[in-house]
Amino acid sequence: LDAETLARLQFTLTASYHFIFPPLSIGLGLMLLFVSGMYLRTKDSKWRRLSFFWVKIYGIVFAMGVATGVVMEFEFGMNWAEYSRFVGNVFGSLLAAEGVFAFFLEGGFLGLMLFGGNRLGPKMWFTASLMVVVGAHFSALWIVMANSWMQTPAGYAIQDLPTPRRAVMTDFWQTVFTPSFGPRIMHVFFASWTAGAALVASVSAYYVLRKQQFADLGKAGLSIALPAFIVFAVANAFIFGPESARNVAEYQPSKLAAMEGTWDTEAGAQAYLFGWVDTEAGTTTGVAVPNLLSFLATGDPNATITGINDMETPPTEVGLTFQSYHLMVGLGMAIVPFALLSAGLWFWKRKLLDHRWALWIVVSSVFVSLFVITMGWWVAEFGRQPWVVFEVMMTAAGTSAVVSAEEILVSLGGFVLIYTLLLVLFLYLLNAKIQHGPAPLEEVESQPVSELPDTLRGIFAARGRGEGRMTK
Amino acid sequence: VTLNEIWFVLFVVIVGGYLILDGFDMGVGILHLILAKTDQERRTILNSIGPVWDGNEVWLILGGGVLFAVFPFAYASLFSGLYVAFMLVLVVLILRAVTLEFRSQRPGARWRSGWDVVFSLSSLVLALLLGVAFGAVLAGLPLGPDQEIEVNLFELLTPFALLVGLTTVAMFAMHGAIYLMMKTGDALQARAKRSLPYLMGGFVMLNTLVVAAAVVLELPFTQRYLDQIWPVVFPAAALLAMVGVWYFVQKARFFDAFVSSSLMILLLLVAGAVGMHPNLLVSNIDAAYNLTIFNAASEENTMVVALVIALIGMPFVLLYTAGVYYIFRGKVSVEPDSY
Repeated sequence: LDAETLARLQFTLTASYHFIFPPLSIGLGLMLLFVSGMYLRTKDSKWRRLSFFWVKIYGIVFAMGVATGVVMEFEFGMNWAEYSRFVGNVFGSLLAAEGVFAFFLEGGFLGLMLFGGNRLGPKMWFTASLMVVVGAHFSALWIVMANSWMQTPAGYAIQDLPTPRRAVMTDFWQTVFTPSFGPRIMHVFFASWTAGAALVASVSAYYVLRKQQFADLGKAGLSIALPAFIVFAVANAFIFGPESARNVAEYQPSKLAAMEGTWDTEAGAQAYLFGWVDTEAGTTTGVAVPNLLSFLATGDPNATITGINDMETPPTEVGLTFQSYHLMVGLGMAIVPFALLSAGLWFWKRKLLDHRWALWIVVSSVFVSLFVITMGWWVAEFGRQPWVVFEVMMTAAGTSAVVSAEEILVSLGGFVLIYTLLLVLFLYLLNAKIQHGPAPLEEVESQPVSELPDTLRGIFAARGRGEGRMTK
Repeated sequence: VTLNEIWFVLFVVIVGGYLILDGFDMGVGILHLILAKTDQERRTILNSIGPVWDGNEVWLILGGGVLFAVFPFAYASLFSGLYVAFMLVLVVLILRAVTLEFRSQRPGARWRSGWDVVFSLSSLVLALLLGVAFGAVLAGLPLGPDQEIEVNLFELLTPFALLVGLTTVAMFAMHGAIYLMMKTGDALQARAKRSLPYLMGGFVMLNTLVVAAAVVLELPFTQRYLDQIWPVVFPAAALLAMVGVWYFVQKARFFDAFVSSSLMILLLLVAGAVGMHPNLLVSNIDAAYNLTIFNAASEENTMVVALVIALIGMPFVLLYTAGVYYIFRGKVSVEPDSY
């Protein structure tokens, strides 16, 4: 294995692993706002109890996201020095902007979100959580901007001298609002919200199934998570997913060809339901629907789709792209009927609660959602190969000259070890939290809600409050 | 004054912000096992930094992002050249980030003391690594004509770099002890106070050795101090701030002591930065290969964009960071939902 392959493997591992957590913090954050919003509206103490519970889960998810996220920022410079030199002018500023606009907001207010329950009144606690959630969304915004520039670069010029060769920014707005940015950010937001809603729905359904003492809390959770899940999943499957695919068809034809394993240029191209790509022979076999690809890509069932064999620089990861894409679409679509079914059973006099098999499907939804998200990310990244910046810079040209294959191998081994360990711990803790369930309010509250300051003025005027509470 | 100069100053300020803020929570981590005896005391220590550590670490991420955006060639050369060192930094950063969240999730004594050790060791190693990397940058790196740094970990671990590493550990431990005096009471505070003479003595001694070694080794950044007299104000002011730390601790004015300690860290960094300017990375092969704030920089357009972003964003950041610190002001209280 050469240094480039190892560096790519390491990036695949660290990016895929990291990308489990941000969608969860974005989506779970939104759900947490729903939960604490319900408390603000109804003042029903079960919502406050759920807030305390989900905020704890949020803390664990967030910590994993932070821990694995720093790796990404360093990894560009460490393993991809030539890439960093080339794109620093454009890409670097987007990462810096993420720091200024997103991470500080998240990091600054995280403490208030995690520990606000006993320090802030419900409205102010909600506001602190809102800030964290807005920060998480901003973070996705800037990262998808940066990644979209790699997919559909715009607003730049290539400068050869002084060396090294680099892309320089000619128009800031064009570099951030590249042609693929709009559809992709919507796709990512809706996918993240789906995952967050799925997490809450899964745990809630589990409580109804297995934990009698939390069954009422489970029902409350389902009553907000299930409708949210359905809206988000359906919107992504029918609006934002197809929109992203059309965008790929227009701006990244080689990725489209890889997604569908289309080798020959043809009018009225077919789309596979599932299949197998033989990259050696240059063939794809499977069950296909005639004219579907042309229709999905352009709206015209007879449109001509350029095949891989007719491309100047053909895509290099056709098999992986094809399978990731079909898993994403297949499972993403499969979610829809199940979601509609469980929603139907739910709204039809809460019949869902009597059908244990249907509840188990709801329990599984979070795993499916996260898997689908990973596959989507793989389509975006593997489908772009051999380019790191689409049609501008090859991935192979982006590596670090001074980093040896051995060094990357050792660090890769280290990551595998640490990440496995972390995953085990994460799942263990998550499971322990879920099994333990939402604690009664008497256990988590140190004083009555009514005594907490619930206005900005109240917080800043309550001089000595922090000191005064020391006696407890 | 050019954009490059402005960004050099801003970069130093961001790094300074990181050293001051994450510095105290690293220091608290270094002292964690030594100062706290009971689980309650350990929880108090962890909760003293609990609500703010993540915001503190953002300064590091911002520093990395700014280096990438504004001085991309220094970013690429440094991070790939010091590959193994940065990999180790990542490992301890990951461990520190999860420790705080994980520790409080289970009640078991072994679970907790295990994480206490992880937290303390990773804080210590992080401080050491950052110090070693800073020392290596001060001493100069084998930076070649193609902007590549070819060096392995053992070549990096020169006695000088190690000395700077140890100094950093002592500095953060002292800074953390002062933070704990401010945030805790009773036995914990008394112990932090008793540890100060040792930490401060150790730091002053090590720091003096660093300065002496730099002069004896004729390191590039000392040249400015031999050529001109005015930059001496920075180390002199750092010394004054150090005296201030001692004075304020004796007067039990811990907040003022903490401010003094923060100022001292910033001034020491500035003293180094003044010596380095306009270099970001100094080549010990040929000065012509140095990466400076001019030849390592992005184009004007990017620097302007980044400056606009900073000018829009940073006032808000400072405002709400101050607000959050204010809300968590005063002595730490351990609540049912605390770490």
